[in-house]
Amino acid sequence: MSFVCNFPLFCIILTLFSGVICAVLKPHAAKVVSLGILLMNLVLNSCVLAFVLETGEPIIYMMGHYPAPWGNEIRVGVLEAVLAIAFSIVMLLSLLGGMKHIFEDAEDTKTNFYFLMVNLLFVSMLALIYTNDLFTGYVFVEINTIAACAIVMLRKKKETLVATARYLALSLLGSGMFLMGIIILYDLTGHLLMSNIYVSVQALAKSGAYAIPLEVVIALFCVGLATKSALFPFHSWLPDAHGSATSASSAILSGLVLKGYIILLIKVMYRVIGLSVFRYSKGANVLYVLGLCAMIVGSVHAMRERNIKKMIAYSSIAQIGYIYMGIGLATTAGIAAAIFQILAHAFTKPMLFCAAGGFMEVSGESKAFHRIKGAGRRNMMAGLAFAVGSMSMIGIPLFSGFVTKYLLAGAAIQASPVKMAMGLVVLAVSTMLNALYYIPALMVVFAKTDDPVVWFPDKKNRSFAFAMIVLIIFNFVLGCCSTPLMNLILKGLAMFA
Amino acid sequence: MNKYWKRFVDWVEGRALCGMDNLDNYGYKPPVEPPVREHHEKTFAERMKLWIDRNEAKFFDQIRRGVSVAFAALIIVMMLTTVAELPQFGNPNNPANNEVSRRYIEKGLEETGGVNIVGGMILDYRAFDTLGESHVLFIAACAVIILIRNDRKKKNKSEDDKLYEPRQDLVLRKVAALQIPFILLFGIYIVLNGHISPGGGFSGGTVMGAALILYYNAFGTENVGRFFTYRTFNRISICALAFYAFAKCYSFFTGANHLPTGIPLGTPGAILSSGLILPLNIAVGVIVTCTMFGFYSLFMREEI
Repeated sequence: MSFVCNFPLFCIILTLFSGVICAVLKPHAAKVVSLGILLMNLVLNSCVLAFVLETGEPIIYMMGHYPAPWGNEIRVGVLEAVLAIAFSIVMLLSLLGGMKHIFEDAEDTKTNFYFLMVNLLFVSMLALIYTNDLFTGYVFVEINTIAACAIVMLRKKKETLVATARYLALSLLGSGMFLMGIIILYDLTGHLLMSNIYVSVQALAKSGAYAIPLEVVIALFCVGLATKSALFPFHSWLPDAHGSATSASSAILSGLVLKGYIILLIKVMYRVIGLSVFRYSKGANVLYVLGLCAMIVGSVHAMRERNIKKMIAYSSIAQIGYIYMGIGLATTAGIAAAIFQILAHAFTKPMLFCAAGGFMEVSGESKAFHRIKGAGRRNMMAGLAFAVGSMSMIGIPLFSGFVTKYLLAGAAIQASPVKMAMGLVVLAVSTMLNALYYIPALMVVFAKTDDPVVWFPDKKNRSFAFAMIVLIIFNFVLGCCSTPLMNLILKGLAMFA
Repeated sequence: MNKYWKRFVDWVEGRALCGMDNLDNYGYKPPVEPPVREHHEKTFAERMKLWIDRNEAKFFDQIRRGVSVAFAALIIVMMLTTVAELPQFGNPNNPANNEVSRRYIEKGLEETGGVNIVGGMILDYRAFDTLGESHVLFIAACAVIILIRNDRKKKNKSEDDKLYEPRQDLVLRKVAALQIPFILLFGIYIVLNGHISPGGGFSGGTVMGAALILYYNAFGTENVGRFFTYRTFNRISICALAFYAFAKCYSFFTGANHLPTGIPLGTPGAILSSGLILPLNIAVGVIVTCTMFGFYSLFMREEI
């Protein structure tokens, strides 16, 4: 066995350890440690990706001395490695982009806890990506839930505390449903390892035994994970939580945390339930319709918002709808488009949230639209990032959002006529609605005021400019040459099942 | 339409304020309340409106409540149907009685060296899950610290609620002094025998945490502060978690690479047996004790 196979284990253990020691470090030391660990994750996962591409086989790593159904196991293929790399880059850039606000918003003695939570959040997402065991997935979902609430709560204002309480309640409801699903599934199959459950579920589906419990399991998984990733009827917690947190938290929450659960759902569909059973159960159709509703409802809510961060948060709901539309198609093309949207959104939303943070910085810490008028001129770097992000969200060619919409439309055309018609119409309407709130926002941000044009209002805050430039470049790269990434995703999906 | 467009353009160009601030410039008049006349016989429409104003919230609240109850009932029926359809409880041919649990039962003693199979399962077979689980405890404690730990220096001594603790409770002190050593000893016993008898880090840690909480209540903050402060809490939990993480990293690494661990399993039933399970139990016990006591102390007086 090659030494590279150990890298996923090292990533998990070192990130866990660095998270824990952040509790006793000084804030600046904690910052350096977290950034270093994220960089290390990036490098190690790139090695893993290269290794997996070379061998063409997923790494199946035994966690302990006992093989899989008895012990735990992690499984890293091309898709997992790509996601882990993307997540570490986005996490790093979100932290860099919002670093100044973290130190301003958190109490001095508790800033190190922010980095603790961020590290544990990252490790939980890493474990969700890697794991091949449903129960391990649940344990790390728990860590993810608590850490996500904690990074919202760290900015101690009335609004954030209310938002956190709501977030925690709904998120725990989602975890509970997921756990119930695992319990029933264990009762039906006697396994927790994904590959073994898959075999049993296929046999059950063929024989027709336990049809009702199986259907309920699929419903519980879908509703539980949809609640945690804020699909349309379960989205009520998202705008407050994302709109009131400090900008790095908002970026991480909408860029990554929501996606971790969606990846778990895709994993459940592919490796636990199986695509054919999932399609047969009609669960896919429900997700499809809800995704389409989310695309419309999220945008309509965003249009009514007068608070820029909340507007971006509502736009996340619409973007999550795109992902669920791809998942709801339940075809390889649809899921590949959904995964591309996961990456595109992960590279765009943090940019928008950090840019909003930049606007607030030059507008007296106000998020209201009438106060940030002309903020794009007072902080040109944030303005540029916001412009690129908005274009991408609307779906203008050359930016990543366009590719997603193109792929989704392509996947929808291959589906059944009803799904195709619904999908294409809603895609068009939602694109128009996106334009209807992002373009006014751009006009407000770049409105003429008496203030002079300033590129960098805070010369010391170089990390913000760096993060924004890198994210802009990534957006262009994803938008202009998406083919290599798409090939990787397709290869990864083939290796995934 | 034209009016709204003009307003929007004005707003963007900086000629007007936002929102509801200057609506009267555009011909918008706020509704004028009709003057209140005495002995005015209300018309039917007015009474209707008044009734709606008063009862609207209640009415919709009732509808919402009704819908929630119906929805909950639906879910209850659905889940009960599911449970009724599940494999019969206790049937030896159930899917859950398969090769996985068979190996735990038949080979657990031989492979892990622990008489307590449950301990062997959570700390050896499925140690990765337990690693995550112990971090859940730690992260929950940290979240509570973020939420309620009070770091402001207390200028005024009377603000410190240390002063309001009951001090002279002689009965509590005497009884606690008698009980605490035994409770602690029992907790330590449960932890140390985790691999031999039912118990282990989680249950033993809870007992030890309870002993600390009793001590705190009987003897007050100052006495606890002599051996358990925020620094001790942090250091102990971190050392325990780090030990856990690295011990398990070693065991995962050797296991996956098919290397021998070099840790003897010992004779089953002896205290020093079953390889890593005993030290891991101690680490988990320490983490659970600290978390239990930390929660109590934080909720009592916003500090550890």
